[in-house]
Amino acid sequence: MMHDMSFALPQLLRGLGVTLEIGAIVVTAGSLAGFAVGLSLLYGGFLVRLAARAYVDTIRGLPVLVLIFAIYFALPGFGLRFSAFQSGITALSIFAAAHIAEIVRGGIGSIPGAQVDAAKAVGLTFWQRLRLVILPQAVRRMVPAWVNVAVEIVKGSALLSLLGIIELLLAMQNVVGVTFSPLPFYGVTAFLYFAVNFTISRLGGLLEKRFAYLKY
Amino acid sequence: MGAYHFNWFLAWQSFPRFYWGLALGLELAGLSLVIGSVVGMAGAFGRSFGPAWLRLIVVAYVEFIRNIPLLLLVYFAFYGLPKLGIYVFDNVWSFIVALSVYSGAYLTEVFRAGVNSVPVGYTEAAKAVGLAPWQRVRLITLPVTFRIILPSLSNTFISLFKDTALASALAVPELTYAAEWLNVNTFRTIEAWTFATVMYLFAGYGIAFILRRVERRYAVIR
Repeated sequence: MMHDMSFALPQLLRGLGVTLEIGAIVVTAGSLAGFAVGLSLLYGGFLVRLAARAYVDTIRGLPVLVLIFAIYFALPGFGLRFSAFQSGITALSIFAAAHIAEIVRGGIGSIPGAQVDAAKAVGLTFWQRLRLVILPQAVRRMVPAWVNVAVEIVKGSALLSLLGIIELLLAMQNVVGVTFSPLPFYGVTAFLYFAVNFTISRLGGLLEKRFAYLKY
Repeated sequence: MGAYHFNWFLAWQSFPRFYWGLALGLELAGLSLVIGSVVGMAGAFGRSFGPAWLRLIVVAYVEFIRNIPLLLLVYFAFYGLPKLGIYVFDNVWSFIVALSVYSGAYLTEVFRAGVNSVPVGYTEAAKAVGLAPWQRVRLITLPVTFRIILPSLSNTFISLFKDTALASALAVPELTYAAEWLNVNTFRTIEAWTFATVMYLFAGYGIAFILRRVERRYAVIR
């Protein structure tokens, strides 16, 4: 048993590293893209708004797994060839971007219109209004939902095991396949996922508390 | 690499497979919602009115389940439970068990919010007319709670329906598995995933449309 653990733990930790890597890349890419899509939802022209809305509603209406498989299997049909890792990252980022776009829209939309009017009255341009007045207030309100998306991404990264990417879940399956003792490794893996996500939630909680003095 | 040749007819021929896959997905989600609601109701009452140790257990259950991937839970139900001597579940029931445990954690929070938002005056009025504690719960608290949380329940149902895609990992023949089957057996990859995508979207938004009407019908009058 201890022998199994000393064999398994390095593999699981390497898997955890890949999971964290996927999480970091996807959250970064998804946040950037989601921010752009969210702004398009709010301020785009009719066509841009329509396209952004269609994108967000389509992706949010689909299971992530279908998105992952569709990108992994179907894109080569269009002549786009990605590795499993690239497909997985792309699919999860597309998924994250749709959810973050909706969060950005909600966060900015919740800022009272009078703030914008006041910013216009003192002569700020559109980007100045966004950067100096709206975003500093809106970002605070996005934090809880944004943290939820980060947790969902870490959980969603487990689905990439189905593409053969050796992240934490597939590392666990590999270890179980060799040792034939699933229960301890299911336990360790569940604990590792829990530790990562609980940490993310707690950090998000700290951020929220940090900004909690602002109430209006 | 040559150009991709579409063959929609081949995909159309396996429409029954997709259709019954969709139906099975809805069944899985519905059953898990029902079982998860029972778990969630028990959890919510335990958390709100139970002794300290029970509250601790409920909090631990909710926090733990909400922070691990569903796929891990699904594998555990299918590969892990037999190692504990529980042999009774085939792949479909393993998945239902996993999804119910998963949804139970989310629904505990849903029911807790609902139970806590029942106005105190209702309970006081029920006490005043002489209802026993169990009668208060059955006749006043639960019906009002259900009306309050109906929108959350329908959102949970839709997200559970999307989660049933994971059942394909256990070869449960639902919609995603149908797409995988078509993909692997005919190499009609784009057709297969287009079909699955369209069907998931239609089903998801169709259900949402219907449930919004049901919600309006049963909305709490304030």
